[in-house]
Amino acid sequence: MIQTRDSIQDIWGPRLGYEGQWSVRVDERLEVEPDHWVQSACVLCSNGCGVDIGVKEGRIVGVRGRAVDSVNHGRLGPKGLNGWVANNSPDRLTKPLIRRNGQLEEATWDEAMNLIVQKSKELIEKHTSSSIGFYTSGQLFLEEYYALGIVGKAGLGTPHMDGNTRLCTATAAAALKESFGSDGQPGSYSDLDTTEAILHVGHNIASQQTVLWMRVLDRLAGPNPPKLVVIDPRATYTAEKATVHLAPRVGTNVPVMNGLLHLIIEAGHINQEYIDAHTIGFEELKQVVAKWTPERVEQLTGVPAAKLREAAHILGTCNTLVSTALQGVYQSMQATAAAVQVNNLHLLRGLIGHDGSGIYQMNGQPTAQNTRECGADGDLPGFRNWSNEKHIQELADLWNVHPDQIPHWAPPTHAMQIWRYCEQGSIKMLWISATNPLVSMPDLDRARKILAKDDLFVVVQDAFPTETTALADVVLPAAIWGEKTGCFTNVGRTVHISHKAVDPPGKARSDFDIFVDYSRRMDFRDKDGKPLLTSTWQTTEDGFNAWRECTRGRPCDYTGLSYAKLTGGSGIQWPCNEQYPDGKKHLYENGVFSTDVDYCEDYGHDLETGTPRSQDDYKLLDPKGKAFLKGIDYEPPHEKPDAQYPLWLTTGRVVFHFHTRTKTGRSRELQEAAPDAYVQLSTEDAAHYGIVEGDMIEVKSRRGKVQEPARVGDIEPGLIFVPFHYGYWDQDDRPRAVNELTLTEWDPISKQPHFKYAAVRIRKVNA
Amino acid sequence: MHLPYYLGLLENSEKQLTEAFEYVANHHHDEPDIEQMCQKLSAWSREHHGKVQGFVEKYSEEKSNEPSKLKRDLFAEPRSSSLALLRDLHDLWLLVQEVQLCWVVIQQAALGLRDEELKACYAFCSARTKRQAEWLLSRIKQAAPQTLLVAE
Ligand code: SF4
Repeated sequence: MIQTRDSIQDIWGPRLGYEGQWSVRVDERLEVEPDHWVQSACVLCSNGCGVDIGVKEGRIVGVRGRAVDSVNHGRLGPKGLNGWVANNSPDRLTKPLIRRNGQLEEATWDEAMNLIVQKSKELIEKHTSSSIGFYTSGQLFLEEYYALGIVGKAGLGTPHMDGNTRLCTATAAAALKESFGSDGQPGSYSDLDTTEAILHVGHNIASQQTVLWMRVLDRLAGPNPPKLVVIDPRATYTAEKATVHLAPRVGTNVPVMNGLLHLIIEAGHINQEYIDAHTIGFEELKQVVAKWTPERVEQLTGVPAAKLREAAHILGTCNTLVSTALQGVYQSMQATAAAVQVNNLHLLRGLIGHDGSGIYQMNGQPTAQNTRECGADGDLPGFRNWSNEKHIQELADLWNVHPDQIPHWAPPTHAMQIWRYCEQGSIKMLWISATNPLVSMPDLDRARKILAKDDLFVVVQDAFPTETTALADVVLPAAIWGEKTGCFTNVGRTVHISHKAVDPPGKARSDFDIFVDYSRRMDFRDKDGKPLLTSTWQTTEDGFNAWRECTRGRPCDYTGLSYAKLTGGSGIQWPCNEQYPDGKKHLYENGVFSTDVDYCEDYGHDLETGTPRSQDDYKLLDPKGKAFLKGIDYEPPHEKPDAQYPLWLTTGRVVFHFHTRTKTGRSRELQEAAPDAYVQLSTEDAAHYGIVEGDMIEVKSRRGKVQEPARVGDIEPGLIFVPFHYGYWDQDDRPRAVNELTLTEWDPISKQPHFKYAAVRIRKVNA
Repeated sequence: MHLPYYLGLLENSEKQLTEAFEYVANHHHDEPDIEQMCQKLSAWSREHHGKVQGFVEKYSEEKSNEPSKLKRDLFAEPRSSSLALLRDLHDLWLLVQEVQLCWVVIQQAALGLRDEELKACYAFCSARTKRQAEWLLSRIKQAAPQTLLVAE
């Protein structure tokens, strides 16, 4: 193996301190010298680093970072450098499979697709298309999502479409809509190059977006290092570098954020002029947070008052600020409400829309942004508003269908509800693409029982055999990254093209081809009897061009982008159109937000009950481009430790694995670096239970149990941590997927499940 | 003076509503959002009930039994299918309307009496009652098509 650095041993590589312009360093890892390079970007996290795929004799032999790319300046992390070998893994799915007499047996594409079509038609006939649901991913390309979105919304007309982004990034979108009227990250990665302060809330960036963390580390090693505030209950790599680390009890993000906002308002560190000109809701917010004195915050969250003051001083006095939030916020109690407090911080200080200041409501998955944009999940294409008739009409015009064909009588069904309808039997066919819910869903035992139901017809489209394909009625083998062309957008609104480098193995087909084929076989037609999709959609570029039209005039405007423009240089940020031919670094530069009643993606929600606001009520508010400041009081988590289950459980990812490990688990280096899950517990708890490092521990909640080896230290007493997404495909000798333990419950606004807390008990099993 | 009569009606209605939300929470454990939200909204009604009691004492002892009749007609039998869920939410919504109307009536009296305390109590409770109704309506709208068209 030829490599520029050992990213397993040295995750972030050597430091190149800087301020102003991040330097270039090309990271590379190859089996052999390639014949040629093909432009792409990495799909192993939402950072979306520009990457070239090395190809020799029709086979992927390595990767190198793209020096010209604005996202990573050539750098790659351990997953990017090592994950690509999964493509060449011998256990790829290469033929469709159909369940016959209880066994999955090889079949032709015709047989598999005809079966799906026959089943679909039967169900529509008997039970309407509302008996069919789609559960997709944060890992397809945008052309594929858009095809799926049209097939589902205009072809079938089912309201039941969502993605596993519901488990990962739904709150990011919800919080952005709640504050600014539309999805879309306000800032730019380049803000990190100059910012004076950084706030990471529930975001272990060092592990999750390793290359972005390199950018922070390089700033910390440079001349004017930013101050770093980290809010995380664990002592993570990120927390180690913090100027101030606040470690609240799980489920208490809202009181901590309220406490910070209160101190900042009280100290007069707010930008009153900005607040008056560009926001509504200040007085109510002020009233809510006023109750959260540092002492009260300390009592409830365990964060010392003095530390809270220190953090508030940094956040209140910096002239520029970048904030990021991720699953520690999104998968916890009061998720949307807490994420909105991060937005509030920037609005109160006027730190938005200029160099050095940005908010990153992060995504976990690489193409999560695209499901949200393209309408393959619980959103409508082009950030359109399901309760705005004009927006529905625009889509109907684009697709040339009657507006009532597009389900919009209620918010699109969220994933957790889709699964519930499957459980109750009113959804009778579930089509899962590019995701592995039997490791990622909460309360796995319940999820497994649902997929195993006789009256649920399950289609699973994936590249690898997984825990989920094992329960499918039809398995469709899919081509993946490197084997198909398409675009995707990272968390920073940067759009990359990923060109096809090699052919998919066996009979595997791209997700794009599969959805277009389904549309053709179902004979979906528009108002004039012309085939939907299939007449004009031959290649993914046709899909991209159709998508461009769909975004015209919307916040995520792609009209200035094309395959040609995206090929050759760096990724480009949206909006990209006539006005901004090279893309746009910051949204909301002029303090005008996407909240106009005719333009906004959402009318907002009651933060406490999650009730969507009606168009009429929104008209009364008439925000006319002002952002919303919204406050909320603390609500305790719904399950708390008690005598029976005395410990808190929290979950998260580790640096070397990604999404149920279907790919990263098939890279020897990544697998060896993090071969198994574990249970992390404090030295105090270890002593109390008589546990030493490496002991096998049984962790039990009201829903199930797992067994994991113990790892002692770096965590608060009373709390244990188990990494998620370790499942069974590579090891099935013991229950080890932590989602056997987690709760089926979700945030009232974003509908994102709570993975960050559950009450558990532990005992040693190898004594 | 019939104000005590109506305060009694209101007090009883809030009590019924507290219990009804609790009842629905308990009957739909498999619907996590229903369970949690109904528990929360039950707590709201409990708080309202406590506030109203103060005024009942202030204005007299006389009470009305009327709302308990309402409870008997609604929630007729234990139900546990998706239609049952819809019917339960439907009945909850009707109960909330009863409460809301009581509040409107009481507010008129509070204005006439220039009872600032009662006015403030109205403002607080009735705003939350409205939110209860709105949540129920949005959840009913979500459940209706699937229940009526697809569920068996
Ligand atoms: S940071 Fe994310 S996108 Fe970049 S190389 Fe690592 S896994 Fe890939």
